[in-house]
Amino acid sequence: MKLTELFPKKFVVTSEIGPPKGWQIEKCLNEAEHLKGKVDAMNVTDNQSSVMRFGSLATCHFLKDRGMEPVFQVACRDRNRIALQSDILSAAAFGIENLLLLTGDHTTLGDHKDAKPVFDLDAVSLIYAVKKLEEGVDLAGNKLDGVPPKFSIGAVVSPCSDPVEPQLIKMEKKVKTGAEFFQTQAIYEVEKFVKFMEKAKQFGVPVMAGIVILKSVGMAKYMNENVAGVYVPDNLIEELKKDKEKTKSGQTGIEIAARLIKELKPYCQGIHIMPLGWDDKVPKILELAGL
Amino acid sequence: MIVSQQKPFEEILKMLESEKSIFIVGCNGCAEVCETGGEKACSELKKKLEETKIKVNGCTTVDFMCNKLLVALKISRYKEKIDKVDSVIALTCGIGVQSLASVVDKYVHPANNTVSLGGFQGTWPSAERCAQCGECVLDLTGGICPITNCSKSLLNGSCGGAKNGKCEIDKELDCGWENIYNRLKKLNKLENLQKQVKLRDYSKMFPKAELRKTTFYDVEK
Repeated sequence: MKLTELFPKKFVVTSEIGPPKGWQIEKCLNEAEHLKGKVDAMNVTDNQSSVMRFGSLATCHFLKDRGMEPVFQVACRDRNRIALQSDILSAAAFGIENLLLLTGDHTTLGDHKDAKPVFDLDAVSLIYAVKKLEEGVDLAGNKLDGVPPKFSIGAVVSPCSDPVEPQLIKMEKKVKTGAEFFQTQAIYEVEKFVKFMEKAKQFGVPVMAGIVILKSVGMAKYMNENVAGVYVPDNLIEELKKDKEKTKSGQTGIEIAARLIKELKPYCQGIHIMPLGWDDKVPKILELAGL
Repeated sequence: MIVSQQKPFEEILKMLESEKSIFIVGCNGCAEVCETGGEKACSELKKKLEETKIKVNGCTTVDFMCNKLLVALKISRYKEKIDKVDSVIALTCGIGVQSLASVVDKYVHPANNTVSLGGFQGTWPSAERCAQCGECVLDLTGGICPITNCSKSLLNGSCGGAKNGKCEIDKELDCGWENIYNRLKKLNKLENLQKQVKLRDYSKMFPKAELRKTTFYDVEK
């Protein structure tokens, strides 16, 4: 099922899993299965944070086998335009219908700092490449054999970035190129998001607000220091500090996530939860948020 | 020596499509040797442009446009004329375009593609500014090169990885695209960021050996 077909009908919920560092994928798939029926689709990250892992495409294939709807994340860091187009055609054959196209983190942020960063394409030109494939030609203009593939094309945007104008400009460029829905960077500042959406709604594409569960005070402070476009306000950090037991068990993080979802819901078309390993907490968050 | 080739005239006209009047600046260094700069190339371009509806409000040359100080000195003499035009076109290498763009408050269009630097970054040695990509994109980016200034060499805008204006790979390194955004905003040209989806043609990085040999300094054989 394409996410683009769902948006007109309901408030769409997605979550995501990161494949393991190894080839035994069973545990990861079992964890994902806990969310079966609770979310509309599962993103599968692509060597996230530039750390080498089991492949996104193969994981998506296994999810599909187990009756779940995958969103195939494709980053431009590790493959040139030949390999990217080739993998996207492979995805079509596996019945994968949703893509999330990103530029990707730089190689020096990951565990293979000595690797060659590719970035032959970027998020915008990758969207362009997928649109070309959907028209039945590749980037070189050569005709594809048979029926062209058809996807629901997702992209990312970072609504709490400062300055935010370059984000809006690039979002518009992505929409004009062919992006059909957006998932955002983690949101903790609802007001900023609301202001962002006032400007972004003119592009007429569904936006899914990003939720990252706050696991600890340390995590919040780390993100404030190091993660682009993410700022956890002091009042949330204070809330995490208050009840140490609750924070340890994850309860505070769950409550904050659920509250954010409730506050964001009127302003967006869906929610994308990035549990970063806390997949088992997602059902509780959805329950508290009334989804 | 830095080898450049003039962009096709149609491409130059497209760059200037919204301009009514321009000023021409050409380089008397390497570009003159390549016949893409210097008096001759400048007056030829002037003549061709005057056959269109674009008014050429003046023309000058600088001995080495990669030398920011020389550029600033020479340009100051033409300040009045340059103030009156819509934009400036530069007949020089990628480094020369960037040095001119950093000293004038007008939009600077590159007339040339830089195909080989021959290991030489010009006389503005504080940073690598030109990557000899062979299809100069400085016209879209306000005279700041995204290939050398962005750690991912992105062509369609920032990656979203910058924090406080600094690159995700180094907290001391400016985000090249944030600098481009600020420059374009200052020059009222933010619409450039929407203009086209740019895909790099890597084959242009391999100019014919014959072209790379056309230098006075090619004495190694």
